[in-house]
Amino acid sequence: MASYGDDVPVLAGVGFSIEKGEIVSLIGPSGSGKSTLLRVLVGLTKPKSGRVCLDGVPISYVNKKALREARDRFAIVFQQYNLFQNMTALRNVTVAPIKVKKRDPRQVEEEAIALLEKVGLGDKLHVYPDELSGGQQQRVAIARALALKPDILLLDEVTSALDPELINEVLDTIRILAKEGMTMLIISHEMAFVKEVSSKVVFMDEGKVVEIGKPKEILDNPKTARAREFMAKILRH
Amino acid sequence: MQYTIHFSQVLEYIPYLIGGAWISFQIAFLAFCGGMVIGLAGAMAKTFGNRILKAVVSVYVTFFTNTPQLVQIYFIFFGLPQFGLTLSSYEAVLVGMTLNAGAYATEIQRAGFLSVRKSELEAAETVGMSLLQSVRYVILPHLARVLYPPFSNLYIIMTLGTSMAAIFGVEELTGRSFNVNAITFRSIEIFSITAGLYILVTIAASFILLYFGKWLFRVKGKVF
Amino acid sequence: MWASFLEEIPRFFTYYNGIFLLQAGARTIGLSAIGCIIGFAIGFFLAIIRISRERSFLPMRLFSINFVEFFRRVPFLVTLMLIFFVCQALKLQLSVFTVAMITVCLIASGFIAEIVRAGIESVHITQWDAAEVLNLSMAQKLRLVIVPQAWKVILPPAFSFFLSFIKDTALASQIGVIELTYTGKVFNNKGFSAILVFGTILMMYFIISYPLTRFGRWMERKLAISKH
Repeated sequence: MASYGDDVPVLAGVGFSIEKGEIVSLIGPSGSGKSTLLRVLVGLTKPKSGRVCLDGVPISYVNKKALREARDRFAIVFQQYNLFQNMTALRNVTVAPIKVKKRDPRQVEEEAIALLEKVGLGDKLHVYPDELSGGQQQRVAIARALALKPDILLLDEVTSALDPELINEVLDTIRILAKEGMTMLIISHEMAFVKEVSSKVVFMDEGKVVEIGKPKEILDNPKTARAREFMAKILRH
Repeated sequence: MQYTIHFSQVLEYIPYLIGGAWISFQIAFLAFCGGMVIGLAGAMAKTFGNRILKAVVSVYVTFFTNTPQLVQIYFIFFGLPQFGLTLSSYEAVLVGMTLNAGAYATEIQRAGFLSVRKSELEAAETVGMSLLQSVRYVILPHLARVLYPPFSNLYIIMTLGTSMAAIFGVEELTGRSFNVNAITFRSIEIFSITAGLYILVTIAASFILLYFGKWLFRVKGKVF
Repeated sequence: MWASFLEEIPRFFTYYNGIFLLQAGARTIGLSAIGCIIGFAIGFFLAIIRISRERSFLPMRLFSINFVEFFRRVPFLVTLMLIFFVCQALKLQLSVFTVAMITVCLIASGFIAEIVRAGIESVHITQWDAAEVLNLSMAQKLRLVIVPQAWKVILPPAFSFFLSFIKDTALASQIGVIELTYTGKVFNNKGFSAILVFGTILMMYFIISYPLTRFGRWMERKLAISKH
């Protein structure tokens, strides 16, 4: 569904595609360009060259209207500071569909409540982010992303800033989405989770895609030297 | 008529104005130093003094920070002679600015003292430092870093504040610009140049203070 | 000396003088308050331009930076003189009060623009990113997300500026605006003792400023505690 190649200093030589229903995990050392790739996909960073294609059609990063339409099909959850601190959980989820997509507020609210219940926070509808734990905030952020009914969900190290005991509640939520067949592009350092959930793993280093493969292959038996180095470092503890 | 702006007539007075800037600097610098001394004394008094001393300093600070510097100087210049103490314009401005600065400096210093947290002192103790050593290696550097930005800011404000000395006839930058205006009547040109000089002086001061602070105390910040 | 001083007091504190002083006080407060309100409107606008990352905005950004730095780095008196003579050259028949009001608004906007900018920059950049990817427009981002979070950081220093600005308006007396300091000069020229006159003027500034200072501190405390 999307293919990409680019030579911005941060990203140079990225090329892979995602099919509908696939769950692709991006792994690699810090600074390898993984987050930048996601930012380019949602139009936060403009690529200097290369193409991103949705359903075979390239996304225009120059035309604002086209960019917004393309962006509509993605939804992203960041590592932290996702939620708008001045709004309740429910309002965070409903603000975009109501204010941007101009949908019927009552219907949006019904859907939002259902989504928040789905991520296990049905009792925290009117709570503000600073009263929620990190894991709870990330789950609300996922609900907010889902409220946009995206074609692909992008998850940028969503558990990396969390205390260990809060990681699983977020991973469980992602597992539910995986089971439902949500197309996802996940950046994560949780290797066991990556192995469990992904249909494809992409290893990046220094702005390039170094190796692509099935989870078991790449994580247990990486083919390239750099991938092997990385896995050795990760698995040591 | 000022439809046409003629800078040429005014250019010859620029050295004169720059001399005025030098006088402004002197006033600001002296008042600042005096203010810092008062500030230190006042902050010590409020932190360690007895109740009467604290009350006196409080009244002084509250009064001088809630009234305009201009009126304070008016009071000193026109009012003190009635008590038998007659000061020249320059002296009245200096005294007024010093007392005013002293009040703000007291507040800044006091905030600085309060910011020295107990935990830092305890940490110094556990490492085995004597009182004198903890003062030298822990407290003073911390104080310097915390106090430097507000004091730099106060200095810039005071530099601009010297401008009101012109009202009393002191020949600092603004005063001299009034003089030149009275001679040439090229008001817009003169006051533009004066404004430009103040901008240059304050930008230079900001940069110097910033880089001095970075080098000496590892203070963070930027000019624009 | 004290005898003549005491004798002056009833001559000074007459009903008529009292009204005169109160009107002057109203002008002082008016100049600072209106100056700050209009200054806030202009300053907010300038701050938004300043933080915008659009390339097409570059000339306006440069203008905003220069504008703000000018009015922050030039003394009140010099700015006042400049505005006064510019208005005169443009043959605008403005009252001194209006000239002072223009000056006050321009200077306030310079200082408040910086305060607003600091407030906006205090909002974590991911909030901007999150709003951007939800396709919120710039106006929506500011109105729904950024400003509600920024105003708590903006309000205390803005109020504090307002307080110090009340004292700065004393300089408007130099072009003849009949505010508190000017009345001081008037009474002093009439022959009243300077200590009595300027002492009273100082007290009047104090009476205006001190309660507001206390209110400001109370407000800061409340803002630090409350969340939304």
